[in-house]
Amino acid sequence: MSNIIREHLLELFSKDFRLDGRKFDQYRDIKVEYGISSRSAEGSARVKIGNTEVLAGVKLELGEPYSDNPDEGTIMVNVELLPLSNPEFESGPPGIEAVELSRVVDRAIREGKALNFKKLCITPKEQMWIVLIDIYPVNDAGNLFDAAALAALAALKDAKFPKIEDGKISYRESTGQKLPLEKLPLSCTVYKIGNYFLVDPVSEEELIVDARLTVGVLEDGTLCSLQKGGDFGLNPEEVDQMVDVAVKKTKELRKVL
Amino acid sequence: MVYEKRLDGRKFDELRPVEANVGVVKRAAGSAMFKIGKTIAIAAVYGPRELYPQVFQNPTNGVLRCNYNMMAFSGSGDRVRPGPSRRSKEISLVMEKALLPVVDLSGYAGTVVDVFVELVQTDAGTRCAGICAAAMALADAGIPMKDLVSSVAVGRVGGKIVLDLSKEEEDYEGHATDIATAFSTRMGQVTLLQMDGEVSREELKKALELAKSGCEKIKEIQVKALKAKYVGDLNE
Repeated sequence: MSNIIREHLLELFSKDFRLDGRKFDQYRDIKVEYGISSRSAEGSARVKIGNTEVLAGVKLELGEPYSDNPDEGTIMVNVELLPLSNPEFESGPPGIEAVELSRVVDRAIREGKALNFKKLCITPKEQMWIVLIDIYPVNDAGNLFDAAALAALAALKDAKFPKIEDGKISYRESTGQKLPLEKLPLSCTVYKIGNYFLVDPVSEEELIVDARLTVGVLEDGTLCSLQKGGDFGLNPEEVDQMVDVAVKKTKELRKVL
Repeated sequence: MVYEKRLDGRKFDELRPVEANVGVVKRAAGSAMFKIGKTIAIAAVYGPRELYPQVFQNPTNGVLRCNYNMMAFSGSGDRVRPGPSRRSKEISLVMEKALLPVVDLSGYAGTVVDVFVELVQTDAGTRCAGICAAAMALADAGIPMKDLVSSVAVGRVGGKIVLDLSKEEEDYEGHATDIATAFSTRMGQVTLLQMDGEVSREELKKALELAKSGCEKIKEIQVKALKAKYVGDLNE
């Protein structure tokens, strides 16, 4: 089955076409909506990239700082590949795909120093904020990597600290104070199919990907995270070309947040 | 204290604002969003598709399988731990039983129809919102049905029988009675009935009448949302 799709798509690509008529480096329309679960979550957002839709929510909890970083708070990122969003996804504990996706989103935020972890510490060695970011695809029509990363950042942008009363969080009362979000490390995943590089694949294109590279990029063009996936290798020139595409595209993505 | 006026100013027989939408999950065979007050449920239906492992197959009927889940950020307090809990398993079960009486899967032996319900935001009445969304999603998927199922909670708050309790009402003076119901209004049948708290038999009768009239109003909104999708399709 995927051989037939592969032949068909490669023939299209050779004529400079994609399945839905886009250019190789063109994203589908991106929409970001904030506060979609504002009653429950401290921050939330919906990201739509074409028909792909992802929800993200931020909950805040209090905890004791880790002994190796006693003056810092922390984050946790979790993606659940809901069977609601794709007929191939199954119920049950997270599979390896969900784990990889969670960790790739986590890495860009953590290593790109999106949040100032020092400012998430309330009292060194005693109390810190834990920022819990949960991400759920509602409709998987391709490119969950970029949609999930974007949704996580959008939810962080939307999030506000709740009040603390007697050492406990009073979730119903917001302080109105935003999280210390100091940088926006945007992620772009570049996919290789045959000799073609493309961004934002639809599900059919994802089926036949040879390799992919997710690149986290800061505003000044510094790279802050990388993850190569797929069954085939890439040579250094290809990596360079893919990074080049990612740097260009993240400049565009920056405008939607 | 006598409950003279509802905390959010509604009449005793008034629903919270309701919004419904069909076709919200493009990859699914059928899907719907149902919002009542601040509670938001999304349902998606996949199938009929072959059911594995085979031991779960029913040789004469398709199997209806519901799964209820709260998104981790959708609770009113701490983060909800992902994965099934005793509560979510029980709700999945009663949702299934609430929908079964209207669904006819006799033509689909050996298959399963999966209904996935996700709560995006919660503020009382999540199982009822889930059932409303699920019924619409099943209809959207073209599953043979005798009727829709509409669902709402009723209860006793400060001695008054009220429709569609809010979270504040559930918590009112620490002892409100909460009755989750679902109706097939066309068949005149109750398909979900769960109660936490105390009522007299007279009050239960009154509560069920109120629930039925609430479900009739909800059904109108469900039907309107379904029609909106398909009339829209015709016009395209």
